This record gives sequence, C-alpha cells and structure tokens, in this order.
Amino acid sequence: MAEKKSIEERVKNIIVEQLGVNPEQVTPKARFIEDLGADSLDTVELVMAFEEEFNVEVPDEEAEKLQTVGDVIRYIEENLEEES
Amino acid sequence: MSLKDKVALITGASRGIGKAIAMELALMGSSIAFISKNPLQVEQTEKMLQNLGVRTKGYALDISEISQLKKTIDDILKEFGQIDFLINNAGKTEDRLLLRMSEADWDSVMNINLKASFFMIKFVGKHFLSRNYGKIINISSISGLTGIPGQANYAASKAGLIGLTKTVAKELGPRGITCNAICPGFIETDMTQHLPLERKEKILKEIPLGRFGKAEEVAKLAVFLLGPGGDYITGQCFIIDGGLLA
Repeated sequence: MAEKKSIEERVKNIIVEQLGVNPEQVTPKARFIEDLGADSLDTVELVMAFEEEFNVEVPDEEAEKLQTVGDVIRYIEENLEEES
Repeated sequence: MSLKDKVALITGASRGIGKAIAMELALMGSSIAFISKNPLQVEQTEKMLQNLGVRTKGYALDISEISQLKKTIDDILKEFGQIDFLINNAGKTEDRLLLRMSEADWDSVMNINLKASFFMIKFVGKHFLSRNYGKIINISSISGLTGIPGQANYAASKAGLIGLTKTVAKELGPRGITCNAICPGFIETDMTQHLPLERKEKILKEIPLGRFGKAEEVAKLAVFLLGPGGDYITGQCFIIDGGLLA
C-alpha cells in the first residue's frame, strides 16, 4: 500500500483534480462555488468523488451543507469508518 | 445506424411500447438492461432479446418500490459497466371518474408513472454526470397534454413527466445529458385493448390517419432520439398520435 495520506490531503487532491484549481487556492475556508468557481453540478460530482475515495455515503441533506473545503474535511473525519 | 456500444435501461420492457423499444434498440445492436414487474415475463423478454443476439438482462422489480431501485441500478452498472440510455416507460392506468377516484387509485398511478421515473433519473443521472453523457426518454401521453375523462390520475402523472423532462433537460444539459418526452396517442397495446368498442370507433373517427398507432412506430421515434439524430434535441415533447391533436 502506498504511504497513507491524510484525509485533508486526499480531499484537496480530489478538489484540485475535479475543479482544475491551483492547490494553493484549496484552503479550508475556500467555498466551492464562490471561491473555487464550481457550479452546482460540480458540487454534486465532488461529493460523488469523496464518496468513492472514502467509501462513505453522504445523504443529500448533508451534501447540501458541505460548502467549504473545511466542511468536507470535518464531515469525512467525523463519518469515516475505521480504515484498516 | 449502429448503437452497438450502447447500453439501454428500459422500465416496463416486457409489454407494449417498452418491449417494442427494447426490440428496436436490440436490432441496432444495443445491450439491453430492463426492469419489469412480472418474473415470468422478464424471463420471456430476456429470451426474446437474446435471440436477437444482444447482451441483455432483466430485473424483476416493482419500480414503485423506490428503496429497491438504487440497488437494482447498482447491480445493472456492475453487470453492464455503463448505462447510456434511460427509457422511463413503465406505466399503468387506473381509470375512474374523478369523483369516484380513491387515494389508492391516485397513488398507485402516480408512484409508477411519475415518482419512479423521477427516482430512476436521480439514480442513473449520477452515473450520467460522471460520464458527461446520457440520453433520457420519458414516455408521457397525449392524456397529459389534453386530459382524458376518467384519467385524472394518469393525465396528471403524464403531464408531470413533461415538467420533469424539461427540468432535467435544463439541469443536466450543461453536462451533455439530454432528456425528452414522447407523447403517444392511441397505440395498439394491452393498455388500449380493453377500451369499449363504441369508444374505440369514436376515437378512430377523430384520428386523421384513421387507425391506432403501432408500438414499433413509437419505438422508432425513441430510437431516432437516442441515435445521432437526437444529439441536439432536448427538453422536448414529441407527439405521435396519427394526427389526433393536429
């Protein structure tokens, strides 16, 4: 197995890849739509990518609340099953 | 035209218009996944499609069981690897005068015709989004455009499908996904077979082409929309009724 990356790092990588933004822009406070230029469908796709990466299911009503990079990192930290 | 590398998912494919669409698509080489309620008919339809030499698998499910839909779609994706076309065709009638229509009459028709279609689009739509491709066809009805006495529930569900179609076209269009509705008039299927004779004759007099349509004719329209001819068409409602509403 490759070296274990932090949740924060993995989340950032996905955002950089999906939205084509610079890694420096992806700060915890960055908002997907206002700051990172995502449209509403991009946010759906992002959540799908997080679900796949972390093997979690994000209910629609929770997904709507994930508006910043920090929101996502926090959500995943709180909901991630033990990975081993 | 060949649709050989495409996978179609059709609901209600074991009878009538759904079956005709499955056959026409199979003739174009598409793989066919389908959902139908009756296990025996699923088996028969599967055999019929296999005989046309295409990859196919049927899933016996009552699509009004929304909680089962997502799992079935996941199974289909595992089996076929992709879905390119979604055809929401499954439908039912429960005709009765509005003043005598029960809550159960209303719900059962709404759940199959409208609610299940919404959830099919929601669940398959995520897959379409991840591929930036997908074509959706909702089988509506002229009943949803003009209203037909005895069909308050059916007409409302079919009109609802048109609103759904237009919304989906606008929401998912930016990702290359199209969504259109087909509004058949009177087509020779089990659904119209039980019309009283006098009623049939009366309707026939109002149809300029002087006959009921064939399921294959509706299927050919669907195949056109799913093929390259439909690439720049979305959010529309296509009436195929022999001129009834002309």
